Amino acid sequence: MSMDQQAIQTRLQTAFGDQIGEWHEMKTSAYATKYGSYLDVKNVDYLRDICLFLRDEADLKFDNLMLLSTVDNGDKTLSATYHMESTTHRHVFALKVTVSVDHARVPSVTGVWTSANWHEREGWDMMGIEFVGHPDLRRILLDEDYPGHPLRKDFKVPDFYHGMKVPY
Amino acid sequence: MAETVQQRIIRNGQTMPAKVVPAEKVEPRRLKTEEMILNVGPQHPSTHGVLRLEVVLDGEMVVDCVPHLGYLHRCFEKHAEAMTYPQVIPYVDRMDYLAAMNSDHGYALAVERMLGVEVPRKVEFIRVLFAELQRIASHLVAVGTYGLDVGAFTPFLYCFRDREYILEMFEKTCGARLLYNYIWVGGLSHDIHPDVFGMCKKFIKDNRATHKQVNDLLTFNKIFVERTANIGVLRPDVAINGGASGPMLRGSGVKWDLRRDDPYSIYPELDFEVAVGTGKFGQVGDCFDRHWVRMLEWEQSLNILEQLLEKWPHEDKTDVQSAVPKRIKPVAGEIYSRTENPRGELGFYIVSKDGINPYRCKVRSPAFVNLSLLPVISRGYLVADLIAILGSVDIVLGEVDR
Amino acid sequence: MYQGLHDFLVGLLGENALSTILSIVVYSAVPLVFILLYALIAILGEMKISAWVQDRLGPMRTGPMGVFQPIADMLKLLQKEDLTPTHADRKLYNLAPFIVFLGSYAAFACLPFSAAYIGARLNTGIFYIVSVSSLVVVGIMMAGWGSNNKYSLMGAMRSVAQIISYEIPAGLAVLTVVMIAGSMDMQTITQLQSGGIQNWFLFGGPKALAGFGGAKAWVLFPFMGIAFLIYVVASLAETNRVPFDIPEAESELVAGYHTEYSAMKFALFFLAEYANMFAVSAVASVLFLGGWSSPFGPMFDGPVMGFVWFILKGLFFVFLQIWIRWTLPRLRVDQLMYVCWKVLIPFGMVAVLGVGSLVVGWVH
Repeated sequence: MSMDQQAIQTRLQTAFGDQIGEWHEMKTSAYATKYGSYLDVKNVDYLRDICLFLRDEADLKFDNLMLLSTVDNGDKTLSATYHMESTTHRHVFALKVTVSVDHARVPSVTGVWTSANWHEREGWDMMGIEFVGHPDLRRILLDEDYPGHPLRKDFKVPDFYHGMKVPY
Repeated sequence: MAETVQQRIIRNGQTMPAKVVPAEKVEPRRLKTEEMILNVGPQHPSTHGVLRLEVVLDGEMVVDCVPHLGYLHRCFEKHAEAMTYPQVIPYVDRMDYLAAMNSDHGYALAVERMLGVEVPRKVEFIRVLFAELQRIASHLVAVGTYGLDVGAFTPFLYCFRDREYILEMFEKTCGARLLYNYIWVGGLSHDIHPDVFGMCKKFIKDNRATHKQVNDLLTFNKIFVERTANIGVLRPDVAINGGASGPMLRGSGVKWDLRRDDPYSIYPELDFEVAVGTGKFGQVGDCFDRHWVRMLEWEQSLNILEQLLEKWPHEDKTDVQSAVPKRIKPVAGEIYSRTENPRGELGFYIVSKDGINPYRCKVRSPAFVNLSLLPVISRGYLVADLIAILGSVDIVLGEVDR
Repeated sequence: MYQGLHDFLVGLLGENALSTILSIVVYSAVPLVFILLYALIAILGEMKISAWVQDRLGPMRTGPMGVFQPIADMLKLLQKEDLTPTHADRKLYNLAPFIVFLGSYAAFACLPFSAAYIGARLNTGIFYIVSVSSLVVVGIMMAGWGSNNKYSLMGAMRSVAQIISYEIPAGLAVLTVVMIAGSMDMQTITQLQSGGIQNWFLFGGPKALAGFGGAKAWVLFPFMGIAFLIYVVASLAETNRVPFDIPEAESELVAGYHTEYSAMKFALFFLAEYANMFAVSAVASVLFLGGWSSPFGPMFDGPVMGFVWFILKGLFFVFLQIWIRWTLPRLRVDQLMYVCWKVLIPFGMVAVLGVGSLVVGWVH
């Protein structure tokens, strides 16, 4: 039974209360409202529990994590966004957690959805968010010894890499 | 240089949690004495691109298979942050170069949904026509190279011969055969060439014959069935939890197609069936099922093309660029938009902070997520089956690495 | 024909050791010359036939319709640099191509090219052919080991297992023919089949043989048909052709046993493969389809025409092998072994038992 996103948010509110934050809505089109709105998670430590709740509750049943992406917000914070859907109930939902650059640690949801495994490795690789509890957190697209995390806004391409001058 | 290295230790075949150690103290991996590590190196004869598979073998049996990616990483996401929204489209083409029209469509749709722009009906028709032609072209490559992987040389050439027809149609319309930059935000770059309708009719007729030929030559060939049935079985719950999509998911019996379940463009008006794997010659979710799903989808796309040609609004003379916005500057916000690529669910997560460049453009590439399931489905099979399994996942390295 | 040659040379040079040696050398060089000429045709045939099967044209630029392509390929191979890997076992590595070619070429000694020409008329002809073509196994093992490459070694071992296993069904198929013919001599087998298509062993053999008479020999046809099919399939495996070409497969992870070879040595492997193809095709045509005898009986028969028929029948089977190569996918190693041991050998035994009991029952 497909649930309205407001209804899902209410369920989470009753279950987790203070740990979740505001609901942000995107209003430019019907699709954008459905897929561009997200729920802020205030307390990062509860992320895994919230995800387990979303996956296991009978009327929510979010069994597919569509995308786990990371964003550099520019004001010394990093965010991780979780887009999930339910193939049984046909509804979608999105969560977002925000952490500061100095303490970029987010609990891993690999135990909840196995697709998160490689998405989180890419998040570590590109953005530098450490997913605590990930079974094998190493770089996936870049070399193991690459300096820095490229998708951060303050990333500078190194002048020399392994002794070779980097052109441009 | 990084001072610390995340280290993964395999002890007794189990992977222990990662721990951060100083780089000088990295120990070599400790193996059981009977295991051997085989490198299916970055270059290998199957035309999948530069992918390195580190296979841990126990005799001939695969114990573990670790894909190493990144050989084709071209920093799409960082580039997208420096380009304006229309300038990103050629980059999107180059990610999945075998399904460039579908990728363009996905991105253009994402930005249009964020802006709230409606495109004219004629543009929708042209987009779907080319998207389905591109789907057929991509499946032709997938089926042809899969035959090559298991040793049948001839279906590859039949498939590529037919693909030439499709590429000619694209060339007539937009000048490019492989990387088009054709589907723009709000419209198209050129109007459809009038010759394409006749070429399409002829193509559909010839292609049905080729479809039957490839079925007779490859799909129902006893040797091919022996090589692919009961190999690389993917259970439906593992597939859904692992994020599989496209033929990989449908091959396991899950009836999930974004054109049906989350429709966009004019797909609601078209009548087509969603192909699922039924365990025809073995278990549901084996390599044969994924191949079978691709063959059925190819046929369904031909049906869709026929319907489009019937319903075509020939009197509609709107300019294809009439809805293209002069300046693309979405309001601050974000969107996750998804479409059905030949490989699965292609998603674009675009964050905009009220500027002319995307603040963040993350791509959910189907081949990346499907490839993450390769270690799961190849455990316990022989080394010679690994190539068959890899071929059935149908990856395009440009998309995996971006 | 040897006698005629010998007399001619004696007349030229006198009765001495030189004329004897020269006559031996010239007589036994005929198959070698034949192999070299045939290889050119076979290579061109493979390229063109594979092209036509795949809806393309093949070589078109070297000569009219590309007929000089094999010559160009041979010239290319001859002028290539001859490499030896650093840690390769020199003696094994260098000797291997010759042993492989030797195994293929030695089989030509007993092939009856025509009524007038057979290299050596042994009365254990077919037995000699089957056993001496196993020499290629030794050569392949030497190539795999000597290359000092773990993939070459794996490919060589698989190839050895395949060839040795498939000799059993091939031998069983040969046994059925020998039982009917009552002799292992290749010329005798062919002579028994002369007189027309109805006398071919595929259809049960000459009616006058072993007291069959009339239509009774047709009862042998099912068994001989099975034996024929078994021999054709086993010969594909003997020559490492698709669907049994795991040892040479390019798109599998294991590269073949002849990867480390270049130039002349690779050319020898190549030549040996084509020679082997013709040898097994010729044996199939001699045993089942009548060898150099004409299917029309006395028409178109004779020593020179015999030569033509023999080559045509051999080339037909070579064409069949090329056709199958470009049509079918490849079997996995364990499936290959399954086909040999659990399919071909039981059917081969059925054929041998059937033919044997019928021959014994009606002769005695």
